[in-house]
Order: sequence, then structure tokens, then C-alpha cells
Amino acid sequence: MSCEPWQCAEIASTKKANPIQNPEIAVAMMKKAQRPLLIVGSQIVDKYMEGKQAIEYIIDLANASKIPVVATAHMVGEFIKRGYTPASHLNAMEISQRVCDPTWMGLDGKGHPDLVIYVGMPYYMESLILSGLKHFAPDLKTMTIDNMYHVHASWSFPNASLEVWANNLKVMTSKFNEGGN
Amino acid sequence: MTKNVHVKIDEMKTNAGLIKNLELSIGKVVNDNYTEPMGPTPMPSVTALRDWDMKLLTKYKAFYMPDCDSCCLCTFGKCDLTAGKRGACGIDIEAQSSRIVMIACAIGAACHSAHSRHLVHHLIEKYGRRFPLDIGGLNIKVEAPITRLVTGIKPETLGDLDEVLAYVEEQITQILAVAHTGQEASALDFESKAMHVGMCDHVGMEVGDIAQISALGYPKADPEAPLVKLGIGSVERSKPVIMCIGHNVVPSVGIIDYAKETKVDDKIEVVGLCCTSHDMTRYYNRARIVGPISWELRFIRAGLADVVVLDEQCIRTDVAEEAAKVNTPVIAASEKNCVGFKNRTNDDTNTIVEDLVSGKVKGVLILDPEKVGEVAVRVVQKVAPARKRMSALPTPEELVEIAKTCRQCKQCQRNCPQDFAIPPALKAAATGDISLLTDLYEVCIGCGRCESACPQKIKIHSLIVKAGEKTMYAEDNLCRVGRGAIQDTEIRNVGSPIVLGEIPGIVALVGCSNYPKGGKDVYDIAREFASRRYIVVLSGCSAMSAGSYRNEDGKTIWEEFPGGFEAGGVCNVGSCVSNSHIAGAAIKVANIFAKRSLRGNYEEIADYIHNRLGAVGLAWGAYSQKAAAIAAGFWRLGVPVVVGPHGSKYRRTLMGRKEDPKNWEVIDARTGETVNVGPTPEHLFAITETKEECIVEIAKLCMRPNDTWKGRSIKLSHYVDLSKRYLGVMPDDLHLFVRTMADVPSTLKDEFTKILAEKNWKETIIPDPTMLPRMVRKMKE
Repeated sequence: MSCEPWQCAEIASTKKANPIQNPEIAVAMMKKAQRPLLIVGSQIVDKYMEGKQAIEYIIDLANASKIPVVATAHMVGEFIKRGYTPASHLNAMEISQRVCDPTWMGLDGKGHPDLVIYVGMPYYMESLILSGLKHFAPDLKTMTIDNMYHVHASWSFPNASLEVWANNLKVMTSKFNEGGN
Repeated sequence: MTKNVHVKIDEMKTNAGLIKNLELSIGKVVNDNYTEPMGPTPMPSVTALRDWDMKLLTKYKAFYMPDCDSCCLCTFGKCDLTAGKRGACGIDIEAQSSRIVMIACAIGAACHSAHSRHLVHHLIEKYGRRFPLDIGGLNIKVEAPITRLVTGIKPETLGDLDEVLAYVEEQITQILAVAHTGQEASALDFESKAMHVGMCDHVGMEVGDIAQISALGYPKADPEAPLVKLGIGSVERSKPVIMCIGHNVVPSVGIIDYAKETKVDDKIEVVGLCCTSHDMTRYYNRARIVGPISWELRFIRAGLADVVVLDEQCIRTDVAEEAAKVNTPVIAASEKNCVGFKNRTNDDTNTIVEDLVSGKVKGVLILDPEKVGEVAVRVVQKVAPARKRMSALPTPEELVEIAKTCRQCKQCQRNCPQDFAIPPALKAAATGDISLLTDLYEVCIGCGRCESACPQKIKIHSLIVKAGEKTMYAEDNLCRVGRGAIQDTEIRNVGSPIVLGEIPGIVALVGCSNYPKGGKDVYDIAREFASRRYIVVLSGCSAMSAGSYRNEDGKTIWEEFPGGFEAGGVCNVGSCVSNSHIAGAAIKVANIFAKRSLRGNYEEIADYIHNRLGAVGLAWGAYSQKAAAIAAGFWRLGVPVVVGPHGSKYRRTLMGRKEDPKNWEVIDARTGETVNVGPTPEHLFAITETKEECIVEIAKLCMRPNDTWKGRSIKLSHYVDLSKRYLGVMPDDLHLFVRTMADVPSTLKDEFTKILAEKNWKETIIPDPTMLPRMVRKMKE
């Protein structure tokens, strides 16, 4: 698995994402976070693993982890028709601008997120958003759970096949279902 | 208005004596035909409208997404600006990001304005300084709304455009100076300057288009401009084909004129790619529009061009190499793009023709458009029979064999701007199944990055084009010829319903073809809004893409909808520089319908447009610096611009925060009181991820504080309907857009009542909105 930007030109300067070596580490960081937020983009319906759309894996993970989901683009309807209602739906830039603002008190008005997890946006767009957060929200931790290495995140999975990605998402879901810290 | 007077007397006998060799030049003669009083900001300096910009930039805050962590513009660097670090000059990443935005806008403005400068020089040389401007006969009295608004000049002749361009050129120089190391320090000021140069870009575009409309006999604000052929399939491939690429029509005019003069115009095909093709068809409606910029490679490699003529802007820099592979001679015809060719402008025409026909040279630089015309027409007739449509595309059998050499390393996908799944398509092709490659043909933007990255040197794009060949040759559609400006009478007819909100909005689809999933999105978006009786305006590559699809009755969008600036109309204003007519139409609503003075009165007009005119620009496939400049000009006018996902590479958004009530306060010009009008419009520069989201965003961004209850009700009903259809949900922010219960669409009253109760909604008033304190009570005076 490679820790180079999936799209080759999306390089960074001196601050690069720490690679997430296995899904258990990602789960541990999610559990450690007090106010995590999962932002899900439009390409989550474009990819299939083992006969299932990626969005179904994300729904399983969201249900197991209880992490609130923000659906971007037109994904809210895709979630709802699969029986899952996201906490909110907002344009990708709108939610990212808000999480960049330290005075924003979150979707529920109770506090700023301390971990923002991205998945499923067009790679270049997600990369730019993560760059914005890296520069302008240096205290915010960001994570991607795509199968593509995102250099501007705080933590990112390395580039991986769809099969590996499916397994990672399943392991993460199962770890939340098992409970404990 | 100004005029240049030049008097030369070789010899004159007078009572006072003999006068010899007297020359007298007068730079300006003040013409008082333009009686409109001068406003406060004629020819504004870089900072003259800064206060207005800051009002907008306070309401719509930038969210920066640096595309690069470093600055490498001076020898202090390379400086790493990551997360708070400053460069050696002291700049931080916020200012650096906005500096790059400003530079992009300056490049775009320079590009349009230099194009216009060339047009004006050329047309003055050919037709004289006194050649009158006429862009719509009796239907247009406000011939140059942007020029009047910004410079205070009412141009009447080609010569009058000189001074207008001189202003623009000075401002672009000032803005470029700002980009130097150790100049501007503030991100907000860089943003203001980006808007300034964007405003100048609109002036530059307007100058170019009104000059060419007037002098070259283009359609003059004609809603029924003719339909012309569009698409590779419309080209008669049995005839020699000259393909012109770029944006500046002058060399194409030379070609068309020579072909007509020598009576071979029906024996050859003159086709165009990108905006040159729009302007060619405005001049000569037997010309063909092949397609947008992204189709250069496919057209050349398919061997369809027997001669390629390059003018300026958006031309692949490897065209000459690509053309050489299929024995297609290239003529470079612009100082801006010499391609390394020898300058043959002053050489004997017969020799140039011989050199190109024999293949002695692959290309030539000719800076005389009439000579370009003669050479291109003579060469194409001799080269075409010898070339025999020589193609760089593989045969079907070769395609399969080449695909077998793919090692599935995925470098093609990782270098594809769209992240398309090319490896599986090649894997299938290796087994003889080209269906996945054919699918890619529909959505590929033709950049060729996949090939550059392939370690096996597979010509992937050629395989894609070969797989899509049948589709390519079936592309035989129609485009309406660019009409140019919007008539004053059209503005009068729609002014009231637009400003009151009863026509739900003006949607302008402009710009380039860097589409995330092909051009059909543009067609779908345009058709959606035209069907809902919005006014839809198109230009450039978007106008071509919209014309490339047909409805269930087999009609293109140009046949399905009328070409007028009216509810349910779909207008093609024309090429890149014709985008000025879209801004011009907005300005003319303020002037013609609302009787606001234009002359040097930018701030008041922008305030009017921002608060009252439900116009939204969409650049779904914007890729260029010119598109950035056009957008910046609209931002300063207060018109929101939406882009597709690739627009994120412009590195920042300008977004409002709808939940913050203070963000949405305006002054009621009737009373001077502050009124919350809700997020109307919510953003100034929005980036959307998918077509579905984009459609809903546009509907929302058409709302304005001035909407009457009836207008708001119509706009809300479209917003709700589109949100339900494309997002699958009722919008969750409706309470922010309802001022009184009368705003609520009658068919949705129950749903709204429930939502408003849940959100603790309170009724407010509909003000006479302004952001300018000096406008208070002005309406009553």
C-alpha cells in the first residue's frame, strides 16, 4: 500500500498525513474523539465492493459508531432511501468552512468537532478541502477513510484496492459493534 | 466621448505667409452628446471601489484551500507556508492564496483585453477610426453598458474604443504590480483587487465584442440568429478541411474571405474549435462548430483536419506535434502563440504554400490575416488529396493488441483529472470488449494526461477516441449563432418581472468544458431551468455542449426553446468576449427598467443588481484564468457564481453563513432602518459537487431581498420542487427565506406552516433594500 497522493500531482510541502496502518488504529482515534463528525461525499455511490455500494458500508459504520453524518452534494436522498437519516446535509464547502471556524459550535450547537472524517468526495476536491483545514484549522484533527491516500489530512489510509477498503470498513464497523474503548 | 483629430498640411499660402509641413494632433474633443451626468467613480482606480468590495467580502467570507503549500515566486523562496509559517517576505498562506486568485484574474483580464486590443487595432486599420459602432440598430441605445458604467465613456466609433482599452490596460498593469514580492499584505485587499481586475475584464470583453459585431457584420442582438451545424459528424469529410482553433476570429475571416473571393467556399470546409468557431459562424454561417476546447486531440488524431490554423487562447501547446504525426500543416497566426515557427509573414506566398504542401516545413508563423487566408485555402486544397485523411488512430485489431500491453499499473487513472477507471477499460479492451472505452469517450475531457503517465507509452486517448468513433461521427447537431447583446426592448419587457421575482431568475451557463462527467450535465441544467421559464443564457463551450444533445422529439435545445431574453428563452450570446453582454443585460435592467444612471456609477448599479436581480452565473466546467476573471467581474457586480467540482481548484470560495442573522442585514432605503432579509443570495462564489446539487443551489441563489411576495413564492416553489426531486428531501432552511406568509407557495402551505412553527419563525418586512447608506430616501426624492 502506497503513501503517495492517489492523484499524482496533489503533493504537499512539509506536513503530510500520518498513514493509518490498520483499521483498528482508525477506530481507536474515532473512539478517543469527543465530538467526531463524518462527512460523506458524492462518489460514495459510485463504487461497489463485493456487490455492495460503498454507501452501505458507510451506513453500517455510522450506525455502529454513532458518529453523526453530514451528507454533501445530493447524498442525503441516497442515505434516506437506504433507511439512514444523516444528521445534516450541506454543501461540501459549507460544512468545511464551518469546521474550519473554531467558534462554530457543531451541528447540535454543543461544541466544535475535534475530529472530522472525510470519505467519498472527488479526490481533488477532498484534497483541497483538507489542505484548507490543514492550513487554517491547525488544531483540528482530520482523517480520511477512503482507499486513497490524502496527503493533507492528519491521518489517512494508504492507497488500497477496493477489496482492502471493504475489509477496512467492515473491521471498523465490527470494532464499534464489539463495544469497549 | 473623445475623438482623435489629426490635421496635416504640406503647404498652405495665407495672408500671414506660407505654411509648410504643419501637423496638428488633438487628442480629445469633448462630445457633449452624452448628456447623462457623470457619477462618482468614472475610470475607478484600484481602490476607488474598495469600500464596496469590503461590504461584499464581509458578507461572503473566503474559505481558502491552497493548491500549493509553498510560494516560489521569488528567489527568497521556495518558502513553505504550511499552517501559519510565513515566507521570507513575510507573506502567509492566506495572503498568498488570495494573491494567486488575483494573479489568475489578472491573467484572464489581460488575455481578453489583449484579444480586444488586437481586434480594435486590426479593425481600425481596415475600416478606420470613424467606423460607427452598431450592435443592434434601433433596438439598442445602450450600446456599451459596462463601458459606460465603469469608464463614463459612451463609445460611438471604433476609435472611441482606444481610450476605453487604455484605461483597462493601465489597471491590469497596476494589478500585476500588486503581485510583486513585498507589495500587498492583506488577503482581503488581494480579493478586492481581484474584483477590480475582473471588472476591467468585463470592459475589455465588451470592447472586443462590440468592435467585431459592428465591423464584421455579426448578428446584431438577434434573438432569431440562425442555427448552424455543430459536431464532428456535421463536417463534410469528402472536402478539404481547415480547422481553426482559439478565440480570435481575424485569421478565420481572412480564410473565409479568400475562399469566397476565389469561389472555393463551397469546395472546402472551414471548421472551428472553441470560441473562434462561435465567431466564425457569426461571420459566416456555413462555418461549422466542431466542439469545445477539449476536442482538439480527438479531431487532429482522427485525421480530420487537413490544415490547422491557430490564433490565440486555450490552444493545446502540443498541437503542432500532434498535427505533424498526421501530416497536417499548421499555420500560427497570432503573436501570442508563435509555436517556435519561422516568421514567414513577409515571404512570398507561393513559396510558403510550396513549403507547407511539400512537407519541407511542418508549420509557419504568418501575422498577416489576409495572407493566412490565402495560404490556408491554397494549401488545404493541395494537402487534402495527399493526406487521404491520414489518422493516428489504431485499427480495431491494433486497439486490442495495444490494450494487451497494459500492465494495469493504474498510472493513467492516477493522472486522469477525473480519476476515471481507465485500467479496467483497457483490460476489457484487451479481450476485445471496447464498451468501457466507449463509455469513457462520452465523459473524457481529452487532456491526454493518461498517455503522458503511461510507462508502456500506450496512446490511451487514441484508443478511447477509436472506441468512440461511431459516436463521434454521429455528432451532428445544431447551435444558435451568437446573437451578441440583449435588446433594450427585451430588457423593458422582462425588467419588471425579473426584479419583482415573477420570472424566477436568469441563469447564465458560461465557460469551458472541464466537466466532471461530460457535457450532458450542461444540457440537463440549461433545459431544467428553461423548462421552468427561467431566462437561460449561454456562451462559449457551454453553448456548444448544450447544443450537443437532443430531446425525446429529436430537437436540440436551440430548436426546443426560443432564442430571446425572455421567460423560457435560451440565448446564445456568443464567444468568450460575448460574456460581457450577460453582465451588460443585468446593468441594463438597472438602467432601462429602473432608470438608474449608468455613467461612472458602479457602486449604485452593483447594489441594485445584488439586491434585486435574481441572476446566477454557472461555469460548470470552468478551467481557465479567463473564467476566473469573468467570475470576478460578476462578483463585483454582486452576482453569485457557481462552479462545478473542478472549480475548487480556484482555491477558495466566497460564502455566506446562513445561520448568522447579522450577515443578512440590509438597509431599508425607505426608512434607513436595518432589516434582516435572510441569505439572499447566500453565496457569492459557490462550488458544487454534482449536477443535482448544482441545480438546487442555482434555484436558491436566485432569491433576492427585493422579491415581491408573489416572486418569492414562485422562487420558493421551484427551490422546494428541485430539492425534492434532486436531493430527495424538503429543504431544511426554508424559514430563512419566508418574510411573510404571503411568500409561501399556496400548494405547500401545510408543509411550510409546520416547518415555520418548528423553527420559531417570525414575520418580517420586505424592504427597499440597499447596502449603501447614501441611498436612503433617495427613492422618494
